[in-house]
Amino acid sequence: MAAKEIDNRFSKFGTVSFTAFTRVNDFIDHLQRGRVMGTRCRTCGARYFPPRADCCRSLDSDMEWVDLPGMGTLLTYSTLSYAPTGFGEDLPYTIAVVDFGSVRVFGRLDRTLPAESISIGMRLKLEVLKLPGGNVSYEFRVAS
Amino acid sequence: MTPASSTATESSGFQQTIRNVKMDKVGIIGVGQSKFVRAFNGSIRELAFEAFQEAMRDANMTIGDIDATIVCSAPEYDKQRSPSGVLAEYFGLNPQPTFYVESLCSSSTTGLRLAYSLVKSGLHDVVLVAGFQKMSEITSAESQERMGRGADIQWEAPFGTMMPAYYAMFAQGHTARYGTTSEDLALIRLKSSFYGALNEKAMIRKPLSPQDFKDPSNQLNNPISSPLRMRDCCANADGASCIIVANEERARALGGKTVWIMGLGSATAAVNLVGRDHFHGLAAAEEAARQAYKMAGIGPSDVDVAEVHDCFTIAELMAYENLGFAKPGEGVELIRAKETYKEGRIPVNVDGGLLSKGHPIGATGGSQVRTIVLQLRGEAGPMQVKDASIGLVHNIGGVGIYANVTILGRE
Repeated sequence: MAAKEIDNRFSKFGTVSFTAFTRVNDFIDHLQRGRVMGTRCRTCGARYFPPRADCCRSLDSDMEWVDLPGMGTLLTYSTLSYAPTGFGEDLPYTIAVVDFGSVRVFGRLDRTLPAESISIGMRLKLEVLKLPGGNVSYEFRVAS
Repeated sequence: MTPASSTATESSGFQQTIRNVKMDKVGIIGVGQSKFVRAFNGSIRELAFEAFQEAMRDANMTIGDIDATIVCSAPEYDKQRSPSGVLAEYFGLNPQPTFYVESLCSSSTTGLRLAYSLVKSGLHDVVLVAGFQKMSEITSAESQERMGRGADIQWEAPFGTMMPAYYAMFAQGHTARYGTTSEDLALIRLKSSFYGALNEKAMIRKPLSPQDFKDPSNQLNNPISSPLRMRDCCANADGASCIIVANEERARALGGKTVWIMGLGSATAAVNLVGRDHFHGLAAAEEAARQAYKMAGIGPSDVDVAEVHDCFTIAELMAYENLGFAKPGEGVELIRAKETYKEGRIPVNVDGGLLSKGHPIGATGGSQVRTIVLQLRGEAGPMQVKDASIGLVHNIGGVGIYANVTILGRE
């Protein structure tokens, strides 16, 4: 019996991924090509980030991939001095929520940003991040 | 038909009429709580029994009086699969029905809400709500690992999230909008330590002084997740709580100690923080409070004493505002003026709260309810608020994913 191909691409997301299987696995391919993408419902036009395979408004599952707007503003953040298991080597790091208008995005801030330069309302853009070991992620950087 | 049985039938029909027409309140007739400790030296059934024993004695009941049991805990800490069966057996509550309910840290007030509906529907007369958590059941390494899975494991956890960091993001949002300071938050911990010292069931009983917050060598001031420090965070604990809920007929038959459930509110918000509209308060708590006040027919100024979910100092501050005790942005005035102390305008967490009692997830809501019941009965000892007749419990699961607000009153 031939072994079935297992599509566990999502296990490549972030420092430690806790999910291997999802119907939005193409998100990882888009990241690897340098794009952070969300989904849009072809039936009703609702936009989603994080991307979803299913639309709870139209109740359809007919989605297309769309790019996120280029620039956003920082809504809130926190810099961690302790970390859960598996993230200790990343310390200190800053998690944040950024508003991109049609969607908001949860992620990390560029770790080279000095603490005193971080302020709610600052303009940020999304950049793809390739991590050691082959994982992919994204982070927020100061818009130049 | 003998005259005796005829009388019984008439009596039963009469009772039924009374229940349908007038006797429709639901009351709390017994409360119990174990000591909250760092590591309980026994099994989960023995831990839960401590609270069960106290509640049953408080209600002056025996096991035949209980019609159903609702068991509440957070399953990520349980080694026992389906603990409701084990607890029902150990409590001697077979063959009565039992089931398990979970809404993270608000599990046992979700249990209380279900108990209310079971009793109110007439399905059961007396329902027992047992909350427990033995957080030392798993190793601290396992606990650390679970911490990373506290919210959306697909889209947030890969960035290295943990519960203090989520509440820290709300602290940051509150600070940016209202100018809240780290010193304001420390005042909430100061109050907590004052009352924790008076509560013999609390885990942390050492009173703190403002000086403790200025000493950089004191580990309480270690940064955890900006702007929160260790002093802003509650500690894991092992503990159990137990609440016995009854219909009005059974409650009245037991005498005059009943505290009535006047209002229940329950709401949810998006797990992933991208689904939240703002970061200076918890929308689910506001909605749950609105529902509870409406059902009880009262407003925030009618509340005499409150227990709020202070898993972090910022959580208590946001609760002042989300419950309407202060206008948005003015919660700091309450703590600065000591209005949430026992003698103040609205005493909050005068049992030490989660910050001093410790936070055994599934037991916490039941412990808050117990405190308010004792307050309304005038049995809160050194923590007693004078003439308290209406009390409120605010119990939150996750960072405002689940919110339950419960309003209790005496006759």
